Amino acid sequence: MIRSASAFDSRLRACPDCDLLQRLPPVPAGGVAQCARCQAPLWRHKPDSLRRTLALALAGAILWLIANTVPMLGLSVAGREAFTTVFGGVLAMWRDGRQEVAMLVLFTAVIAPALEIVCLLAVVLALRRPSAPHWVGMLLRGYELVREWSMIEIMLLGVLVALIKIAELATVIPGLALFVLGALVFLLAAMAAAFDTHLAWARIEWADERPLPGERSTACVPEARR
Amino acid sequence: MSATPVSAMSLGLAGCEVCGLVSRLPVGGVVTHCPRCGERLHLRRPASIERTWALVIAALILYVPANLLPVLSTYTPLGSDTATIMEGVVELWSPSSWPLAIIVFVASITIPLGKLIALAYLLISVQRGSVKSTEQRVRLYRMVKFIGRWSMLDVFVDTFVVALIQLRPLMWVEPGAGVIFFAGVVVLTMVAVNCFDPRLIWDLPQQEKQGNA
Ligand SMILES: [Zn+2]
Ligand SMILES: [Zn+2]
Repeated sequence: MIRSASAFDSRLRACPDCDLLQRLPPVPAGGVAQCARCQAPLWRHKPDSLRRTLALALAGAILWLIANTVPMLGLSVAGREAFTTVFGGVLAMWRDGRQEVAMLVLFTAVIAPALEIVCLLAVVLALRRPSAPHWVGMLLRGYELVREWSMIEIMLLGVLVALIKIAELATVIPGLALFVLGALVFLLAAMAAAFDTHLAWARIEWADERPLPGERSTACVPEARR
Repeated sequence: MSATPVSAMSLGLAGCEVCGLVSRLPVGGVVTHCPRCGERLHLRRPASIERTWALVIAALILYVPANLLPVLSTYTPLGSDTATIMEGVVELWSPSSWPLAIIVFVASITIPLGKLIALAYLLISVQRGSVKSTEQRVRLYRMVKFIGRWSMLDVFVDTFVVALIQLRPLMWVEPGAGVIFFAGVVVLTMVAVNCFDPRLIWDLPQQEKQGNA
């Protein structure tokens, strides 16, 4: 069960960027509550968050599968053709003795986007119940951690630069995965924008049932900006 | 009268960095975990200044070989040719592709260096207890956090050039040692940004205000 808010004021926030203590005002769907001192966004209230995130995450999972199975770039020179996928880039780095770089590319271009989609998909599916078990919180934490390392948009720009560099030497054939990855960049951005972290945490069971010392009066705490 | 800004720390409260819940920390420095999500609670990120400095200095050291060593080596039957990051930018400079050359230059040279300078400035200003331009400094921190990941660009460029140009014995490309150091700079600076606690920027001015009151 979700513990009653008697000991904790769930509207109380300490700004992550400046530690100013404030209370979240009621925010209409689509609105943002900002820190009264440094304007850090404290809560973006997303309309219809769970259903929209679920749809976008499902679409993202399908696109991820396609993007990592079909060829991304081809090269044709003197009658010879060579194709590569995203994973092919990782293998090339690995084979040439740059294993650290190969693992970094594998993580940022393949694994992190997959974790991002899978974690959020599991979270929104579990949140359809009125009270989600505690492990949903761990997945949500994983999602927040991995997001920064998911770099498909940067990889695509890198592919574009590589393409221009190679175009002087050989004919470059763009593959289907290139376009699918382009669509995936927009889907991942839309998925993150549709998800409401604040509402999600409010529906997840607490880790610790022990009562903590009750709050002192925080009635004089200012409201965050809307 | 508007209330003076009160930090959660001054009331013995800590905002959870994962779920945002505000909890009271027990007196005496006992290890406490967020009752909602289980994350360890801190008033400030532990050893923030020391860890960030260590990562900034390590990244600065790697930045030198990252720029001096070749990132790509091209082999043909006639011989081999190597290129550093900067030489790659120059090669890319042509009437049609100069915008991309500028993007690669900014992402590979300007952003990593700018990030290190910005972090050093934030660290020094916090250590000196500066009370000035707190809002500009927190905005600088957010910008560094937002833009920093784009310095991975050159790692991806090198990866796909290597993956595609494999036409042995006609022509092939291998990654140089510079790419390892460069990837190291990117990872270390990203971790450094996460080690720095922006709340430190505001801590001292507030204590002084309270002292004056
Ligand atoms: Zn703030
Ligand atoms: Zn928490």
